[in-house]
Amino acid sequence: MSYIIDRRLNGKNKSMVNRQRFLRRYKSHIKKAVTDAVSKRSITDMERGEKISIPTRDTQEPVFGHGQGGSRDRVLPGNKEFHAGDKVLRPKGGGGGGGAGEGQASNQGEGDDDFSFFISKDEFLDYVFEDLALPNLVKKTLNEHDAMEYRRAGFTATGTANNLAIVRSMRSAQARRIALSASSRKKLKLAMADLEDEEAKDPDLQNPIKITELNERIKKLEDKIKKIPFIDTFDIKYRNIVKEPVPSTKAVMFCVMDVSGSMTQQIKEMAKRFYILLYLFLQRNYEKTEVVFIRHHTSAKEVDEQEFFYSRETGGTIVSSALQLMSEIIEERYNPSEWNIYGAQASDGDNWDDDSPQCAKLLHEKVMPFLQYFAYIEITPNAHQALWRAYEDLAPQLGERFAMEQITGADEIYPVFRELFSRKTMKQAV
Amino acid sequence: MSEEEFTNTQSKKEHKPNRKEPISTGSEWTFELLEKYDKEIARIAKSYRLDTYPNQIEVITAEQMMDAYASVGMPISYHHWSYGKHFLHTQTHYQRGQMGLAYEIVINSDPCIAYLMEENTMCMQALVIAHACYGHNSFFKGNYLFRTWTDASAIIDYLVFARKYIKSCEERHGVDAVEETLDAAHALMNYGVDRYKRPRPISAEEEKQRQEEREDILQQQVNDLWRTLPEKEKSSDKKQHRFPSEPQENLLYFLEKNAPLLKPWQREILRIVRKLAQYFYPQRQTQVMNEGWATFWHYTLLNTMHEEGLVTDGFMMEFLASHTSVVYQPPFDSPHFSGINPYTLGFNMMVDIRRICEHPTDEDKEWFPDIAGSDWLDTLHFAMKNFKDESFVLQYLSPKLMRDLKLFSILDDDRKMHIHIEAIHDEMGYRKVRENLAKQYDLSFREPNIQVYSVDVEGDRSLTMHHYRQNNVPLNDDSSEVLKHLRTLWGFDVYLHSLGDDGKVIKSYSCAERNHSGDQLELDANQLII
Repeated sequence: MSYIIDRRLNGKNKSMVNRQRFLRRYKSHIKKAVTDAVSKRSITDMERGEKISIPTRDTQEPVFGHGQGGSRDRVLPGNKEFHAGDKVLRPKGGGGGGGAGEGQASNQGEGDDDFSFFISKDEFLDYVFEDLALPNLVKKTLNEHDAMEYRRAGFTATGTANNLAIVRSMRSAQARRIALSASSRKKLKLAMADLEDEEAKDPDLQNPIKITELNERIKKLEDKIKKIPFIDTFDIKYRNIVKEPVPSTKAVMFCVMDVSGSMTQQIKEMAKRFYILLYLFLQRNYEKTEVVFIRHHTSAKEVDEQEFFYSRETGGTIVSSALQLMSEIIEERYNPSEWNIYGAQASDGDNWDDDSPQCAKLLHEKVMPFLQYFAYIEITPNAHQALWRAYEDLAPQLGERFAMEQITGADEIYPVFRELFSRKTMKQAV
Repeated sequence: MSEEEFTNTQSKKEHKPNRKEPISTGSEWTFELLEKYDKEIARIAKSYRLDTYPNQIEVITAEQMMDAYASVGMPISYHHWSYGKHFLHTQTHYQRGQMGLAYEIVINSDPCIAYLMEENTMCMQALVIAHACYGHNSFFKGNYLFRTWTDASAIIDYLVFARKYIKSCEERHGVDAVEETLDAAHALMNYGVDRYKRPRPISAEEEKQRQEEREDILQQQVNDLWRTLPEKEKSSDKKQHRFPSEPQENLLYFLEKNAPLLKPWQREILRIVRKLAQYFYPQRQTQVMNEGWATFWHYTLLNTMHEEGLVTDGFMMEFLASHTSVVYQPPFDSPHFSGINPYTLGFNMMVDIRRICEHPTDEDKEWFPDIAGSDWLDTLHFAMKNFKDESFVLQYLSPKLMRDLKLFSILDDDRKMHIHIEAIHDEMGYRKVRENLAKQYDLSFREPNIQVYSVDVEGDRSLTMHHYRQNNVPLNDDSSEVLKHLRTLWGFDVYLHSLGDDGKVIKSYSCAERNHSGDQLELDANQLII
């Protein structure tokens, strides 16, 4: 007796919990892999999964078993030239018929490989965000795909009854009727004309047969025209409705960073998280996001991402040079009426003292008027310097478009953006 | 069915070639076709006296197959990270195309659950039905080990119970605590088996009823053991009480009953792992026979179908291609070699037994006087029912098959420079090769012999175990890791001595990290005494 059951529609993710358990157990490994990946990837390239490799040794479940050595008998297949009593040198590397017991050789062979698997884009971002102490709502916003909006987009031949476009359907029905009846109507017109001619003749000269014939033909043609259906499935048109992502505007993000000698690689990595967060936020909200990297020491320069994060510079620090360059680039390439402009500045707080008032002035007059938001982080455990105080004085005037924070760890980055994200979520709530 | 009747049906098939129409010609399968094939295969299987549990054939997708893989083929299991690891491994390799999925998973349950993958062709589905639903199934029902050690009707219910119980433990005591206990129990899973004592079959309902009483009683018993400690009269008694009075081989059972610090729920988890180990124990001892039996029957059943004209020649070509790759044995010096293929050995032995019965040579008559010329079906059924891999090889491996597979036996002694070829497939060597091959399937040779030796009941409560080396084979590098798990369960220091053939300790392992949770231990110990 057999029962055949179709289980294909049953859930397929039976292993989901076990998978989560595994990820949970090897969190530290995965986090390290993600951190490495973040430092290797471009900040515009955070949204894909990652291959994670864990040394097989770490994932092994230990059990008692025989080790190498001792003396043991083994039976093997495929003898070619051996005779009883032969002595053979032990093959090197344990391959072939060598030392280890059955099965163990291959286990240990695999031992050198890493245990690798893939985590999804969402999981990857989760790990990226982990130390950033993001509120859940914000995480959700960042993980979500763009919000979609339904939009009319012309007409289509298929659809549901509620989307029926009556006027358009009638119009195409009429067009079809006209087109299909054209030749018949032409012939009808000729026949009518002939009949008229014939009837206009003197009654004696009239040909009654021809008149009957013409009448018949006219009737036939009229019937034919009548038979063309008034409306056909072919005519039915529906309003076409498509999903479109809501944001359809452009944004540009300026990353400004001090690259003077005092900025260590570790500080730069932290700054990178800061930029990533802003970038991901912008990407959710704007269709197109561009990134401009400006690095500065005593003079500022627009560079590509690689150079921005990884080239080494020394020398003093003049922050105003970067703000000056930023305002020039805005003027030149990013018309504020077309672009939403965001600025993010990271520094260790060093600046040439006399330059700080200059910075505040530049920011206030030449940069902020065009900006949606400007965030400044100072990554240092030390006391504030002139730049911080200059910005601090400026902050009340700029209101919620400006945020500044001193941080020592990645978990302190989020508060800088709190205003930004809360505005966004409020907007969504409305 | 009597012998005569059987030969009767046989001759009918052979002499009246009553050619039927093929059931199907394309490679696409449908549920109707599955039913038709199953019906025909069942009919032929019955004519060969295959006695099976009812079949529950489930069609699943590749993803579901990977899920099934991850939980050792069981349809339901408790949650554990190691299953997740298994799943990720399978998924990664499958998606990269580095491995195919097995075409069948069959579960020793009543009804017998077999999975068919939807990607398979009609031919493969028929092959799997014959292999799993009639081959393995009849083996599960017939073989003495399975009959003794497992209760097919109760396993699914027991798994449901285990899953629920472990889930409730996770809710009460946290995932981490449960995971720690499970990890430790898994490490000792192979030592959670009663090798000689017959177990009582497990029944989920009883299990549930008894579980709560057991918790209390167990705890009481453990406490009793330790309560006797402070009484001075006993320690003045000169006679040394050794505990346990006899060495214990079932480590998990010993820990479940005697570990002083385990909570009742932890004992129950040990019990669950132990029961599962016991359930899988027969499978580990009958791999060659089980696969050989199933492969022999898919081969025989489908060939019979072909003789009857129920399947097309194209079908047979596809079937044979797949069958041949299953029973391929790479030689020992091939890069693909990874031990003796149980399908090859098992299938060839089954075929060989039939040959010895039907067309015995003089050699066979000398080596197998009792079966040469007997009814092959009777003999095969007898072999299937009453043997395990070790004894099956020892009993039935014929000189001809040793020659065909070119088997030879080596002695690999790490104290010598050379590997010694002990015996090959010749008159002098048949018995030696056969003996050594059989030993290779003996679990007590394959796994180190480790036993609980003593507990220092009156001192620091440390647990001492002995490992008895065979032929001077040492323990593997995992041992000290396993010992850490053991210590987690035992709660006090754990020692493992590896003893040579002469009974002298060659190497000792210990796990005695008391500093890291010393206070905790003291507290618990005091509680126990009160």
